[in-house]
Amino acid sequence: MVIKLSGGKVYDPANRVSGEVRDIYAEDGKIVAAPADGRVAQEYDIKGRVVMAGAIDPHTHIGGGKITIARMLLPEDHIKDEVARTDLTRAGTGHAVPSTMVTGYRYAEMGYTACFEPAMLPANSRQAHMEMGDTPMVDKGAFVMLGSDDYFLRQLAAKQEFERIKDYVAWTMHSAQAIAVKVVNPGGISAFKFNQRKLDLDEEHVYYHVTPRQIILTLARALKELGVVHPLHVHGCNLGIPGNVESTLATIRAAEGLPLHMTHTQFLSYGTEGDRKFSSGAPRVAELVNKSPNISIDVGQVLFGQTCTASGDSMRQYAIGKSAHPKRTVIMDIECDAGCGVVPMRYRDKSFVNALQWAIGLETFLLVEDPWRMFLTTDHPNGAPFYTYPHLIRLLMDKSFRNDMLQKINRDAAAMSILPTITREYTLDEIAIMTRAGPARSLGLRDRGHLGLGASADITVYRDNADREAMFATPELVFKNGELIVKNNKVVKVTQGATHVARPAYDRAIEGPLKTYFDRYHTVRMENFKLTDEEIIDGDRGSIVVQPTRPRVS
Amino acid sequence: MQDSSARKATDDRATHELFENVTCPFCGMLCDDLEVENRDGALKVLKNGCGRSIAGFERKLPLSRPQIRSKDATLAEAVKEAAALIGKANNPLFGGLATGVEGMRAAMSLAERAGGVVDHALSEGQYRNVKVLQSAGWTTSTLTETRNRVDLLIVVGSDIRKLHPRFFDRIVSPPDSMFDVTAPKRTVVFIGEAPEGAAANGPQVGDTVTLPCKVEQIGEVLGALRARLRGFRVNGKTAGGIALAKIDALAELCRQARYGVVVWAPPTLDVPHAELTVEQAMGLVKDLNQTQRFAGLSLGGNEGAVTAAAVSTWQSGFPLRISYASGAPHFDPYRYSISRMLMAGEGDLLVWIASISPDLSPPSTDIAMIVLGTPGLKLQQQPTVFIPVGTPGVDHAGRLIRCDSVVSLPLKNLHRAELPRVGDVLASIEAAL
Repeated sequence: MVIKLSGGKVYDPANRVSGEVRDIYAEDGKIVAAPADGRVAQEYDIKGRVVMAGAIDPHTHIGGGKITIARMLLPEDHIKDEVARTDLTRAGTGHAVPSTMVTGYRYAEMGYTACFEPAMLPANSRQAHMEMGDTPMVDKGAFVMLGSDDYFLRQLAAKQEFERIKDYVAWTMHSAQAIAVKVVNPGGISAFKFNQRKLDLDEEHVYYHVTPRQIILTLARALKELGVVHPLHVHGCNLGIPGNVESTLATIRAAEGLPLHMTHTQFLSYGTEGDRKFSSGAPRVAELVNKSPNISIDVGQVLFGQTCTASGDSMRQYAIGKSAHPKRTVIMDIECDAGCGVVPMRYRDKSFVNALQWAIGLETFLLVEDPWRMFLTTDHPNGAPFYTYPHLIRLLMDKSFRNDMLQKINRDAAAMSILPTITREYTLDEIAIMTRAGPARSLGLRDRGHLGLGASADITVYRDNADREAMFATPELVFKNGELIVKNNKVVKVTQGATHVARPAYDRAIEGPLKTYFDRYHTVRMENFKLTDEEIIDGDRGSIVVQPTRPRVS
Repeated sequence: MQDSSARKATDDRATHELFENVTCPFCGMLCDDLEVENRDGALKVLKNGCGRSIAGFERKLPLSRPQIRSKDATLAEAVKEAAALIGKANNPLFGGLATGVEGMRAAMSLAERAGGVVDHALSEGQYRNVKVLQSAGWTTSTLTETRNRVDLLIVVGSDIRKLHPRFFDRIVSPPDSMFDVTAPKRTVVFIGEAPEGAAANGPQVGDTVTLPCKVEQIGEVLGALRARLRGFRVNGKTAGGIALAKIDALAELCRQARYGVVVWAPPTLDVPHAELTVEQAMGLVKDLNQTQRFAGLSLGGNEGAVTAAAVSTWQSGFPLRISYASGAPHFDPYRYSISRMLMAGEGDLLVWIASISPDLSPPSTDIAMIVLGTPGLKLQQQPTVFIPVGTPGVDHAGRLIRCDSVVSLPLKNLHRAELPRVGDVLASIEAAL
């Protein structure tokens, strides 16, 4: 059955299409050429509409234990955003940390068709996938966390042969069903368990005597040589600490040309200038990113209101807990594997610190020149819930709107920011890159994020509207695999997306020492630690897409 | 889900299967190192069993058929009758909820469709924790982390060995642990009634200290300990019946600890307002974490209680005790306690799910009752509809979430009996509505 979308203005930067009027055809879930006989089963007249591939969120905390802790921690945050069941959709709740089904519906209603959970602990991967299995509408995938797990740190400390470390990284990706690898406060989550309260880039872990620099370089090189497309996803040292711009810059320099993705840099771009010893480091970070083609970033934009931060960074979340609103936090040490910290946060536009965080995020967006290396995120829910994306897009595309908002924030913060001097306005092409083509390319999603022949028919149709917030908040049509799932901003069909994984090659002999390690120290058997395909396919009624990796090299 | 480790030998009459790395669903620790043999449908735990797991796996199932008003029926008839009862109920209560993730998912879906209330049989103990979490937050650890790091374990309350028989052997005194920080030996402190001092022994346990007091006094003891740690004076010579000198000695042990863990089993703190005891314990952890490392560890999670709370939370936003009467989840941890509702005469149908142990009897009630139970489930009265169901991890595969709310384990089908899964039965009922 061929469907045709006629007459839309297509923004498909991966295929160098910029606002041209084109017809799009889809059949059996894929974008196809115009049928030779011209017959189509259904035609959608979308003349004058803006057409893009379905949007992709490359960093959104949608599944896993810490998100369920956040849901449980703040019952009052769900109240007044309860969602009733309909004949089509399940019930749930929304606001800062929505329930799984509501997450899927609201992402789709915003034109998103894929979401990636960036902080899946190996020990919690089964639950993370179960939660993603209960997140309908969108494709999903997850980045598995390494770098504070005792197995890796022991290998690094013992100067284990590098090929074996690569085997372990690849084994973990397989066993946790991951598409990429993230490191969070490298070594710091483990160090916190030894009562270290800070771990700078070249500071030694008290027990393992390795440094964050070594951990980052080892993992980044391992992923590159394993052929994993997405570079090491780095949540750096010193998150939230004034002056952390120095360690962020040092981390980028430390990469020595290896590809790195620096995530939610807003939280890691703080200087110490001014009366309050808190200032923007965004211009310096942007300048170095612009000069470093091996680096990509996402921002983790802060927007004002109540939210809840949830991170694997137990060390820093413990420290940030003193700013919690409301005053209750959860910190966990987890399984000689990782940790987590859940800290509710209310960002206020009249707070100097929060207002400057807002400005630092926007400065980062506007000063980094290459949209292919910059992804649009709020680090949901850490900077703000994902529903704020349309507002954020308007801030980026509309300078006068941005300046109006700037008038509302804390005066001292506004005075310290260079934001008023920045005239850049994002174009629709750039938005399409940042929210579709860029994340797809970075994550190695061959058939997502573009509208070329053979791509998955994940398509979003917007009414062109000078108010970009209204435009991006209310897509007219959203197609998933060629099926209409959202019409006029409302779900019309519930569908189950696929789970994307990457499976680099490894030597199965690694399971010998791993089994010994699990048997000696763990409370879970290695055999049960591994998450099977059947659990996702039968247990969660899902499906798996194995995205390609490059050949492993040494 | 396949059981790749099963080694099966079949001849004309007998079957014999051996299963390795078996996860035990009979307590919240979910030990997964068991070896279980199935000989002609009879299970035997060959390795790493405990009293609970042996009783659970090796229990002989009585013959059990679906019943409607005490008369045998087919599964299809029982499903149809259950759907009819749910269809006409104004306020159905979905309780028990002893099942795995898949069963709980189906229970949420059906409760939502039926506009019912969702609560677990063991919520009362679990809610002592939830109340603390939702008012003060906390810092916690997990089983593997504790196993490898703990050098001072403070047991709040008792009965850990009864509820979690292998806790001391596997976690407190394992044959091996990862860090030399746990040397020389671990100290175990018991605060509460009938302290299980003798339960903690083994190569890694050094001193054990017991501070015997009533359950009601534990909070007071912990409060005095916190005060002494902060350098405050405490009036009198005792607190909670414990000599201050002993509390001071414990304070010193706390100061010396590198990784202290305060552990409790929620069902054992069964006195009014015991959430205040949990709050004191978590407050102690919070105080100490300012300069050193401490963590809490809640056990519990038997009968799938942690699983039910987790699935409820990710699907609805709330950890059980919700009503779908309006179509949307409404959360009220007092109002939607099913045991309270039954006593108050609220609700007009009880749907009770007890697929794990035969001891999770439905409460006695005058309202109509649908029971999905493991064969042999102890019943004080005949339910309107009874449907025998399989136990996850015994009669069919499944998944459960462990007491620490982090790790979930796969459960194998050990081919004990051909019984339907809770999830499938509930889905059939929903389809028949």
